[in-house]
Amino acid sequence: MRRFKENFLCMLGAEPKKPEPGQVSEEVRRIMEIKRGDKTKSRIKEQLHERAHRQPCHTWRNWRWVVLAAVNLLFVLSFWLDIHILAGALTGSHFVGFHLIDLNAALQVMLAHKHIIVNLVIGTFTVFVFWLMFGGRSFCSWACPYHLVSELTEKIHLVLVRRKIVTDHEFHRGTRTVFWGLFVVLAFVTGYTVFETLSPVGILSRALIYGPGLALGWIFLLLLFEVFWSRRAWCRYVCPIGLTYGVVGTFSPLQVSYHVEECFHEGDCRKVCLVPHVLDVTIKGRATVVKTGLGPDCTRCGLCVDTCPTGALRFEVKGLSKLL
Amino acid sequence: MSGSGSGSAPPRPKKPAVSPERTRRARRRFISSAMLLVGIVGTSLLGLLPVFRKRLKRLRPPGALDEEDFLASCIKCGQCLQVCPVSAIRLGDIDEGYGIGVPFIAAREQACDFSCEGVQCVSACPTGALTYEKPNFFPVREGAGLSRPPTLKAKAKEPEPEINLKERMGLARLTHPEACLAVQGKGFSGSAREAGFKGRMRYMEVDRWKPIPVNEHPYERKPCDLCVTECPVDDAIALEVFTGTDGSRRFRPVVREQCVGCGVCEMVCPVGLAAIEVEPRATWKAGNL
Repeated sequence: MRRFKENFLCMLGAEPKKPEPGQVSEEVRRIMEIKRGDKTKSRIKEQLHERAHRQPCHTWRNWRWVVLAAVNLLFVLSFWLDIHILAGALTGSHFVGFHLIDLNAALQVMLAHKHIIVNLVIGTFTVFVFWLMFGGRSFCSWACPYHLVSELTEKIHLVLVRRKIVTDHEFHRGTRTVFWGLFVVLAFVTGYTVFETLSPVGILSRALIYGPGLALGWIFLLLLFEVFWSRRAWCRYVCPIGLTYGVVGTFSPLQVSYHVEECFHEGDCRKVCLVPHVLDVTIKGRATVVKTGLGPDCTRCGLCVDTCPTGALRFEVKGLSKLL
Repeated sequence: MSGSGSGSAPPRPKKPAVSPERTRRARRRFISSAMLLVGIVGTSLLGLLPVFRKRLKRLRPPGALDEEDFLASCIKCGQCLQVCPVSAIRLGDIDEGYGIGVPFIAAREQACDFSCEGVQCVSACPTGALTYEKPNFFPVREGAGLSRPPTLKAKAKEPEPEINLKERMGLARLTHPEACLAVQGKGFSGSAREAGFKGRMRYMEVDRWKPIPVNEHPYERKPCDLCVTECPVDDAIALEVFTGTDGSRRFRPVVREQCVGCGVCEMVCPVGLAAIEVEPRATWKAGNL
């Protein structure tokens, strides 16, 4: 429970804490002792050698891109081919008879409108249960079209950073929480769904389905900002949708789990991660138990799973490994 | 909310001194975060401008709540657009501020001709922004309500010819009487609109369920009465006789209480700039015109 609370606060913007010596379990202490005792570093050397010859692995990323493209393509084709399997856009849709409503959009509408709308409640419930099962922010990396374009332009940013042309300007992660609150207040006070005006999720989803418009200019500006100023700024510091789904995924059984025994604390995972603070546990001396589930802010994108040379990070369904 | 502010400066009991560089960096990060907040929220508030400047005088789809409520309750998903058989519904762009992604009808380009007969867009709406039955706590503006359910001419012979629509979208007005062919005492022959016009309409004598381009359906009229004959609603508009200044018999389209503001008259009006136009959200006043 303590870890749940800590992870949750960390998602809201708090810095991950270093564990007190008393909090580290006996087993982890023994594992760390063995790692320290390996004076010749033979095991590490072996691993490093292996890694030098390792082909980069993109299994999870490729799967994710396929799913993300398929979801958005299903929206597009449902309209274009008039097959109506998944009618609507990401903010609100209709999947073979089921209402599916984006949680944050529903919240905005109900606050602006100040009425409980039955269809919205039904639609959000379906979506809520789905993402509760499949891990909250998985919406971000497995369905959100902005995530994909942002992930692609991130590569440009990283090249520019490597060549020392730009530097990544970090903001306080708590900014997103403040945004969430502000947009809630704004919707309620103004009576308009203020956030939807800027929401790249809605804009991109509609642009894909109904054709491009001026709103894509805003997306372009956001991407410029992310390439030249701050890495993945929208997803990391702004997007209230991400936070909403993060909250939903707090108790989700689908997680990336970290196994300290296999880890060599090299930090490759944190370099590729959208939300590196969830991987703080991979820093030497941070793990308190043998197996740690990453916090709710994790988008389950699988980049760290692909990257980890030792297999210390893997997808897991909580409880299922015990059953099997 | 609470975690955000306190996260930046946790008390550090074991390390009494924090390096000045670290403090500087923390302060810089705080200021830039505040700037990001102000920047994004400020940009989002720009959406108010088009709303305040009444740029959003848009014709909304049938069954729409009053404008403020409509903008608030629309979830911007476009499901109404997807079911419209004549593609009359479009979505607002970002220059419409809070009207982004909100459906509207540009009647001159493509009016709502009710060829779906069931008001499909209303059925598709997940939030009740378009609704058959407005909840009681929403007041009906004086003159917005229809005195009786509008009868569709196309269904006139059927047991239930009415459509389930309680309020009008707007009201047609003869805004340029001087341009009206009937007022001028002229007839009309040929395609209603200029070459390249893409608007479609359902013609019962062609195919009840398949709308065709308006321009593929030429007319031959004397005097011109397209706005009256093509109006999908019964008793919404009629030609009235009057005597011109030269003493000749002339006609004038007169809009009646049953007008729902669908905009078909505006779409089919064959003169360069439509003589008759729909005024969005206009209400009926006794002795209108």
